[in-house]
Amino acid sequence: MAEVEETLKRIQCQKGVQGIIIANAEGIPIKTTLDNASTVQYAGLIHQLLMKARSTVRDIDPQNDLTFLRIRSKKNEIMIAPDKDYFLIVIQNPSE
Amino acid sequence: MASQRPRSTASSKGKDKKNGAASSIENLAETAPPSDIFPMVLTSATQELFECRADEDVTGDSPYKLLRKEDIVQDMKTRAAVSDFSPIKQVVLDYPEDEMLLVFDRDFTYGQSFYLVLTVEAKERLLRPPELENEEAEEDDSEDYAIPTTPVPQPWVSLGSDREIEDETFTDSRPRLKYKISRIRREFGAPVIFSDRNAVETKDGFMECASYQDKTFSLKEMERGCGTQAIPDVISASTQTQWTYPKNMCTQYEPREFSEEDKENCLQSENLKNFVKSVAVRFELAIQQNEIMDVFFDDWAALSEEDAAFGGKADTYMKEYQSFTDLHHSKERTISHINWHPTIPGVIVAAMTERLSFEERICGSSKLVLNPSLILFWSFSDPINPQLMLECPDDVFSFEFCPSDPNIIVGGCMNGQVVLWDISAHVDRLRGTRGGGGKSMSNNTVVLQGFEDKLESETPVVRYCAVSGIDAGHKAPITDIQWLPEGFEVSRTGIPIENKAGTCVQIVTCAPDCCVMFWDIRVPWTGGQPLEEKKQKTDERPLDNPHGVPNMFKHLDLSWKPLMKVSLPKIDSSGEYSPLKFCLRHNTSDSQVATVYAERSDIPDYSLLRVPSAKNLKPLEDICTKFYVGTEDGELIYTDWKMEKDNDSGRLFSPKPSHRYIIHDGLVNTVRRSPFFEDIILTVGGWTFAIWKEGVMVSPIILSHCSQTRCTKGCWSGSRPGVFFIGKEDGSIEVWDLLEKTHEPSQVQNITTFQITSIKPWIISSKQHLLAVSDHFGTLHILEIPWTLRSPSSNEKQSISKYFDKEVDRLIYVEKRREVRAKEKEEAEAEDLKRRMQPVAQEKSLEQMEEEAQKEYEAYLAMEKVIMKDMGLAED
Repeated sequence: MAEVEETLKRIQCQKGVQGIIIANAEGIPIKTTLDNASTVQYAGLIHQLLMKARSTVRDIDPQNDLTFLRIRSKKNEIMIAPDKDYFLIVIQNPSE
Repeated sequence: MASQRPRSTASSKGKDKKNGAASSIENLAETAPPSDIFPMVLTSATQELFECRADEDVTGDSPYKLLRKEDIVQDMKTRAAVSDFSPIKQVVLDYPEDEMLLVFDRDFTYGQSFYLVLTVEAKERLLRPPELENEEAEEDDSEDYAIPTTPVPQPWVSLGSDREIEDETFTDSRPRLKYKISRIRREFGAPVIFSDRNAVETKDGFMECASYQDKTFSLKEMERGCGTQAIPDVISASTQTQWTYPKNMCTQYEPREFSEEDKENCLQSENLKNFVKSVAVRFELAIQQNEIMDVFFDDWAALSEEDAAFGGKADTYMKEYQSFTDLHHSKERTISHINWHPTIPGVIVAAMTERLSFEERICGSSKLVLNPSLILFWSFSDPINPQLMLECPDDVFSFEFCPSDPNIIVGGCMNGQVVLWDISAHVDRLRGTRGGGGKSMSNNTVVLQGFEDKLESETPVVRYCAVSGIDAGHKAPITDIQWLPEGFEVSRTGIPIENKAGTCVQIVTCAPDCCVMFWDIRVPWTGGQPLEEKKQKTDERPLDNPHGVPNMFKHLDLSWKPLMKVSLPKIDSSGEYSPLKFCLRHNTSDSQVATVYAERSDIPDYSLLRVPSAKNLKPLEDICTKFYVGTEDGELIYTDWKMEKDNDSGRLFSPKPSHRYIIHDGLVNTVRRSPFFEDIILTVGGWTFAIWKEGVMVSPIILSHCSQTRCTKGCWSGSRPGVFFIGKEDGSIEVWDLLEKTHEPSQVQNITTFQITSIKPWIISSKQHLLAVSDHFGTLHILEIPWTLRSPSSNEKQSISKYFDKEVDRLIYVEKRREVRAKEKEEAEAEDLKRRMQPVAQEKSLEQMEEEAQKEYEAYLAMEKVIMKDMGLAED
């Protein structure tokens, strides 16, 4: 537990990081640093996108798998790392 | 017996047709089977015997001779081998019939002159065909001989169809007309002169073919070709469904969430730990990548913003856009304060005051009463005549528009009175709908000299509608006056409370009589019963208004008292500070210079507003009640306006200011907050200016060096966070750009030869930013701010804030070092003291010193000896 906390803190302390969300494979958030409404919204929407991205990669090459997804928008960047059972979302504002 | 007949050498070519035909047929028949014929030579003897002598019995015409078989046999017997017929003896004997045919071959077709036909068929053939031909020629006509020949065309028999065709054919009914038009030869190629001619004018200029209904063209369609298609049966049907009543449907859902326990379980699981560990690496990489460089940053686009100096140096200068001087009212007057009209673009207001020193004022005070002081409204449309003039009881040094109602203007006079004007009646004039001054000439179509309506051409003078009581107000000229923002109001004790009215109702003034006063423009709460108030109202009948002043503030006139007085006691000594300018904290979001004031359609009737009882309204916690005050002595004070209660006497008194800084060498003439940063304040006074950050109580974050000329006024730029303007005594304006240079102004521009008294920027449109500058001579200059000075560079606000932060850090560091140094100094002093306190050592006499020296020398020699001995150099 402490390790998890420590790692998350390390990520959180990086420059420009606005929030971190850990969600399970179904998109239900487990741990978050943002408020509840935003967390739920992010987790739900990104879960769908993640499924889509993963299926895309695997369709092209079944031996391949998605390791990291970065969405760059005007205001910030959303980084998603999926796993078998969980996925982690980090929102960062790179220009700060 | 072969009779030899000589071949007839006479080539009788002239055969008749019959024979030719027969002979040709014979030839054909004979050449084919030569075995039927036997060419032979018949001797003359034979010829005589058989009476077939050539050219006598048999000729070309009748070449056939029938010979009896018996004769031939007889001949053969008689003349045995000599007989001509001997070679064919056997054939002759075999010959079935009695007679054999002998043919005279005149032409030698088979090589001999005669030939004997050996077979019966050939004989028949030879003899018969000519006969047959003759016979057949007669029979052919009668027989229906089926020979295929091409049918012979019959003449056409008309059955009636040609009539239709004749009808359809198109024939010329008359011969075609031919016209030949020619011109005189010399006219060929000649220049043509065309002219217009209206066809309608000349008779028969044109032939009109008007359209008319021609009956012949209304044809009846007898026949029409159209297609049909067979389709199955089509039925159109409809049903009606039952719709009982409309009903709104909604679904409410909420996202799936884990309970706290589940979350805890998950967090504890080993799986999650591994996941986070493995994934963290990727994230750190990505985040650091972002930190190092922003790959999506468009350098090319950002480059253009920094490339500001498009034009040459000339572009960085402020160009004079317009200047206003009034011939009548600006003479020997100076402008003390200027303001832009918050809502009407292009209108600027200047307060004119007498350009006299105190003594002169006293001497000429009688004259002053006759010439009232004025506040002039200038509009860009008319640089000569002011649009509106406000009459003041005395020289006004400061005035402000009400932020919630731009028609209310409050001003502070030289005698300490607070004056209110209401210009709502003249707003149209200001907007230019009626046209002011000399412009009205153009509007009227008929102008009679001398009969013009005088009122229209003259600028209207508006009298003040309310003025404070002379006793109650300040005792010194009011130097600064400001409206409290509409979010809150202040109670009698200085506690900020909620402002239910939503409009600005309170004013803060300060004067060098050492107090800051809060005024309220509403009817004061007297605490009386409602009946009394009603009675008061009915008593106030609309009086004759000799000056044409609106009645809005009648309740205040001459009886106006300040709501609250805040005095500024000195921190370390008795007495009080004398404020000249103050600056409140922005407690609402928009108090910037360039903000568009909300134009309210429902202007509240100020006479109906009442100061509410302080108990009913709740105090607002988050309003900061501290403010900065600049004083006559060049100090800046940070104090609180909330009144404190003295525990002993129960009286309210003002607390002592928390901080005081002596910075400037002269009067502080500007204390202004930056429109971009809430806590950055610019103060100008004497020969220097300073920039402060609220909260940093040590010293100003930037303090300029002493310049050559006095700084008389300062103001922030409205569009660039790091730019501000300083007005100087010699009439020049210094433009300071903190991002460019901090030790000197980035630009100095001389506007006028007189001292600058007031500077105010304004943004008319995004392309035009203006700076209003007034000078001591009474002229109001409007300058246009060039693009370089008005457009902020990208991240300018960030850069400036970083710069300020750096300065603050520097100050903090300096403070720390100062402390450290102080400590060091203390320590050094302490040591010094300690040393001095120690008993003074005995003074040694000279001999003793010599003895000691000798002893030392001997000790040294001994040591030297020992060393040398060790080294083996000295002899022992």
